Amino acid sequence: MIPRPHRIREIRRDTNDTYTFDLVPADDGPPMSFAPGQFNMIYVAGVGEVPISISGDPLEPRATVHTVRAVGSVTRVMCALKPGAIVGLRGPFGTAWPVREAYGSDVIVVAGGIGLAPIRPAIYHLFSYRDNYGKLAILYGARTPRDLLFRRELEKWRSRFDVDVDITVDSPGEDWYGKVGVVTNLIPRAHVDPMETVALICGPEVMIRFTVIALRDRGVAPENIYVSLERNMKCGVGLCGHCQCGPEFICKDGPVFPFSRVERYLKVREL
Amino acid sequence: MGTLETILSEHPFLKGLALPHIELIAGCASNVRFNKGDYIFREDEEADRFYLVRHGLIALDMFVPQRGPVTIDTIQEGEVLGWSWLFPPYRWHFDARALQLTRAVAFDGKCLREKCDKDAQLGYDLVKRFSQVFMQRLQSARLQLLDLYGDTTRK
Repeated sequence: MIPRPHRIREIRRDTNDTYTFDLVPADDGPPMSFAPGQFNMIYVAGVGEVPISISGDPLEPRATVHTVRAVGSVTRVMCALKPGAIVGLRGPFGTAWPVREAYGSDVIVVAGGIGLAPIRPAIYHLFSYRDNYGKLAILYGARTPRDLLFRRELEKWRSRFDVDVDITVDSPGEDWYGKVGVVTNLIPRAHVDPMETVALICGPEVMIRFTVIALRDRGVAPENIYVSLERNMKCGVGLCGHCQCGPEFICKDGPVFPFSRVERYLKVREL
Repeated sequence: MGTLETILSEHPFLKGLALPHIELIAGCASNVRFNKGDYIFREDEEADRFYLVRHGLIALDMFVPQRGPVTIDTIQEGEVLGWSWLFPPYRWHFDARALQLTRAVAFDGKCLREKCDKDAQLGYDLVKRFSQVFMQRLQSARLQLLDLYGDTTRK
């Protein structure tokens, strides 16, 4: 429960309000190992703590990578820090994307906005063990072209011959010659066999709900659809109850869930 | 079945349409091609056709003063472009511009309306298919309006 001090080794600016941090233990000890989908509680001294998914490659543990959007009091301060500053990490916590359980299946990844960050470790796993999967499709939507996360990486993935990468934006700029519209529009034409597909979804909850509808319409079995949820968190270890969604603790029973397990709670507005 | 009929029967928009109806509407259809940058139609022109996109990508633009053309949607392979041919006054409400080389099957709207007037089952089938498209596009537009990826902490 005690944060382990980590030094910011490098900061990369992804968009105008989103930064990716490489963190290494301040005592020069080994970085943490984690499963794709897990998160850390990041402590910024004097300000507070916030849950942030790990966004790096689980097979490249030289640093613990987090992608942070400056939207709250803790994240705004964190995004103003410089390399060399110290933050505290508690974790990793939570459940993982079912990347091993999906061996033998086609996989469709649907991400929206900053939702690409928590699902990127799963994508890295899919590429590292590419031979274990059938067809792969990565579908990503963002607000505008300037809000596309990891743009260079997206272009690199797109240049591969063994994955179908499709991108859309809600609102294009002048220099955008790609697709415009919501990410669910990309699902009907994704190159996967719905009967053999496992779907991983990460993004705003409204986007998740409509993505599930589109996947089911396409023929993906409900039990093969997995989502990553978020709620306000405090302890991160299933004690305080702040992150509860019905009987489920997002911090320890999630954040990755089979959609069928949480579907009915997402319909309850008070939750 | 001729080549055009085969193309039509394989297009997702017409999937499952009875063969006699495929053959009937093929009489109103022709293959067309647009190069990158070509305007397929412009706002307020007569809406006398619609298109089944076979390959390529089309931007649906609205011209906004002081902003220029603003793309509000894109239509891709397997989708249908244009429904203003169905309803009076049969005028386009947007510009449609090819973002890349695009191949499509163009249908003469007047020809098709006359065939639908004579064959109610055909008319009903086509309207059902277009209704699905309306619903999906409306749903998408509503989701875009929500600005889901915006800063949720600001009210």
